[in-house]
Amino acid sequence: MNAKRVDKIATGILYGVAGLVVIILVALLGFILVEGVPHISWHFLTSPALAFEAGGGIGIQLFNSFYLLFLALLISLPISLGAGIYLNEYAPQNTLTGLIRTTIEILSSLPSVVVGLFGYLFFVVQFKLGFSILSGAFALTVFNLPILTRSIEEALANISDDQREAGYALGLSRWETVTKIVVPAALPSIITGVVLSAGRIFGEAAALIYTAGQSAPALDFSDWNPFDISSPLSPLRPAETLAVHIWKINSEGIMPDAKAVSAGASAVLIIAVLLFNFLARWLGKRLYKHLTAE
Amino acid sequence: MADNSMTTDQRNIMKFDPKDHEIALSTEDLRVFYGKSEAISEGDLQFERYKISALIGPSGSGKSTYLRSLNRMNDRIATVKGKIMYRGLDINSNDIDVYEMRRHIGMVFQRPNPFAKSIYENIAFALRQRGMNKKQDLDEIVERSLRQAAMWDQVKDDLNKSALALSGGQQQRLCIARAIAIKPDILLLDEPASALDPISTSQVEDTLLELKQNYTIIIVTHNMQQASRISDYTAFFNLGKVLEYAETGDIFTNPQVDLTNDYISGNFG
Repeated sequence: MNAKRVDKIATGILYGVAGLVVIILVALLGFILVEGVPHISWHFLTSPALAFEAGGGIGIQLFNSFYLLFLALLISLPISLGAGIYLNEYAPQNTLTGLIRTTIEILSSLPSVVVGLFGYLFFVVQFKLGFSILSGAFALTVFNLPILTRSIEEALANISDDQREAGYALGLSRWETVTKIVVPAALPSIITGVVLSAGRIFGEAAALIYTAGQSAPALDFSDWNPFDISSPLSPLRPAETLAVHIWKINSEGIMPDAKAVSAGASAVLIIAVLLFNFLARWLGKRLYKHLTAE
Repeated sequence: MADNSMTTDQRNIMKFDPKDHEIALSTEDLRVFYGKSEAISEGDLQFERYKISALIGPSGSGKSTYLRSLNRMNDRIATVKGKIMYRGLDINSNDIDVYEMRRHIGMVFQRPNPFAKSIYENIAFALRQRGMNKKQDLDEIVERSLRQAAMWDQVKDDLNKSALALSGGQQQRLCIARAIAIKPDILLLDEPASALDPISTSQVEDTLLELKQNYTIIIVTHNMQQASRISDYTAFFNLGKVLEYAETGDIFTNPQVDLTNDYISGNFG
């Protein structure tokens, strides 16, 4: 066979494989959306879940998901940023930092159910936080830290050393160079990384089942004092999220419309994750454009 | 081709008499090590004030390493021994505030490296970091620096545009403007025109000749025409040693060292 023919065949096979992947994804997405979207309504998105009757919503679960996401990012972003900056800008290349990098890599491939059980033993039992938003947020932080740290480290590593030298040559210190030149230049990819990790957190269930709990007690949305247990902001109340809700309905849901609720909730979850992804791309592109041209 | 082993002993290093020439910067027995290997073994040079001194030599001869040692850009990757004398101070000693020193000895790099900021911010940024906050002062310095770098007329209406949108030659001149905005004494340039087309190169050269009135310039170049066009003195580096340092005219018409002759006539390097 001549090279041209081999190339043609290879091209065909690659197209086929890529096509297969696209078909599987589109079919999966299509199925979830077609099954679920008809069930989505304003009522569904805002009203509390019902355990025994039909017509329940996912309002509280949706709120819990966003609140947990916010708290998890609030805790993990500063730590990841610091760790990423240290690893890429300050750390010497030696065995110790090599060990740190390996550890982060191992942590980032930790199964989330293990993170959940660790969170249960550590935050829920040991620190007596109970099944609560706080336990959940800490578990999600454990889950998110390694991934976010790596993505921030990579974003910084992609900034050319020319930029750092330019800063030093102007008499700027390393701290000034890192905070005022390198991090701003890496901002588009850092933000993309943060938003993508937000999508992962939002869809996470296994790490939350044993930490944030599987119940969503009624919330008083007129009470925003975080120290009241019925306040939406209370960090010590149990908080079932959307993903956990889907898992629970499918394993032990006894409401008559369990299937429809599950389908609707799945569609909402998928749409939210998709929105995160589009937002990440859009923000990244916009920021990049803003930095490179007017 | 000359036999290296016979000619490496040959050296011709000019020394200035400080009574006739004001020395802006000089090095004494400068030695640079990457790990254990020695990149520069003897660097004894004096640079006269308000002149352009060119460092030439084949790739790997150590000229860039030498230049980058002068404002201690090599601190993190190499060990630099010996003295670098600036205004009676050894700036290679440990108790020198390196960041402050670099405000006196600025640098422009081989590849243009403007910040991902606006043209205006590229220049104003470092000034602001040192406490200059008055808009009027900043405006004035931005304009003056861009004028000195011969690009004010081209960009005066686009100061808020991103510097990354400029052409390579303009970016490099912006880097020069940025370097002179903080008013250094000495400007180090590491092959500033090697990534530029001939037209941009000649613009950068004109800029340097203009700047010579107020700055001491030390430039590394691969381009021998460039060295002969713009420099007053030329140092020839080979294998980490300075073999010859003399007035540029003498180096190019009457080199005293055989290797220098070989190099400038294109026999190697």
